[in-house]
Amino acid sequence: MLIPPRTLVIIPAYNEEASLPAVLKELAEQTPEYDVLVVSDGSTDRTAEISREAGAHVAVLPFNLGIGGALRTGFSFAVRNGYERAAQFDADGQHDPLALDALLAGIDAGADMVIGSRFTTGGAVTYEVSGIRRRAMRLLERLVSVLVKQQFTDTSSGFRAFSRPMLEHFAVNYPVEYMDSVEALVQACNAGYRVEEVPANMRGRTGGAPSTRRFKLVYYYVRLLVVLVVSTTSRGQRARRVARRSQDS
Amino acid sequence: MTPVVAGMSTAAHVLVIVLAAAVIAFIVHLVRSRRLRAKYSVLWFSIGLGLAVLAIFPDLLVEVSDLFGISYPPATFMLLALSFLLILVLHFSWELSRLEDRTRSLAEEHALLRQEVEERLRPPSGGASA
Repeated sequence: MLIPPRTLVIIPAYNEEASLPAVLKELAEQTPEYDVLVVSDGSTDRTAEISREAGAHVAVLPFNLGIGGALRTGFSFAVRNGYERAAQFDADGQHDPLALDALLAGIDAGADMVIGSRFTTGGAVTYEVSGIRRRAMRLLERLVSVLVKQQFTDTSSGFRAFSRPMLEHFAVNYPVEYMDSVEALVQACNAGYRVEEVPANMRGRTGGAPSTRRFKLVYYYVRLLVVLVVSTTSRGQRARRVARRSQDS
Repeated sequence: MTPVVAGMSTAAHVLVIVLAAAVIAFIVHLVRSRRLRAKYSVLWFSIGLGLAVLAIFPDLLVEVSDLFGISYPPATFMLLALSFLLILVLHFSWELSRLEDRTRSLAEEHALLRQEVEERLRPPSGGASA
């Protein structure tokens, strides 16, 4: 770490020993210029050992924090080690390393966060989601669009790239509750960061199962609605407060 | 004929006084053995004292009820108790959120420090981070 390299790929992983070797191998072969950090989120299997053997940096959380906490750890790592841009990448093989370049190109073009969308035109629809999930996602898109006054087709995608200023913001403020990706999107837009969406192919999972069950999903959606509405109003207030304070001084 | 205070028999009166005394004794015990933080001890001492005063002078409750036009004094007690408990639970939720945030930050910091130590002892070789 004496000469800080430029780009970090952050992989949050909870018990992903089955799919990680292939994912890390593919990253090493196709995008060897990027550093890789695996954040083992309280895994009880060999996630950390496998990642270390594959030559990735490994941060081991002592217990499970959820994907938001794992990501925040990754963002802190990126900030402290001088990375200029970073990407969030799935441990289960859903994401294509070659698509990373398109996301990172958006960052180089001036965006602070670039989301790889499964649904926007241009990305071949290779990704299938169940009916209730799809409907909930569509509702969420509409709500988010209203809240941030910008159109997004895939608010919950976990395939994202971040600029240095975005990393610095998220290293402290990244939402840690489930559905972090949607909340993070709204938060970034409200804080005045430039967020863009590019088409990205997703593949089926190579291992692991979807992270939640149906009834729990409904609860999470309701909770998210509350969080989103509250956060939108409170952040506005905070921004105004900060503006007033800077006027005084 | 037993004297009746605020609708209570002497036996009941003695019982509530004993109960209030027991509560205060328990609080004192917790504070003395340092198992209750000072900020909570003040809170619980006030509650204990309030209970003791009400136990010794139950007529006070009747007077307060009259003041607010509550015809059934026990309802006044219930109202006060419920309000207090609600505020307390809210406070605990707040405190719990704060503690969870701190634990979370500690876990993250722990992971990053451990990563640094591990790589200093055993630098990663080739592969994805080459």
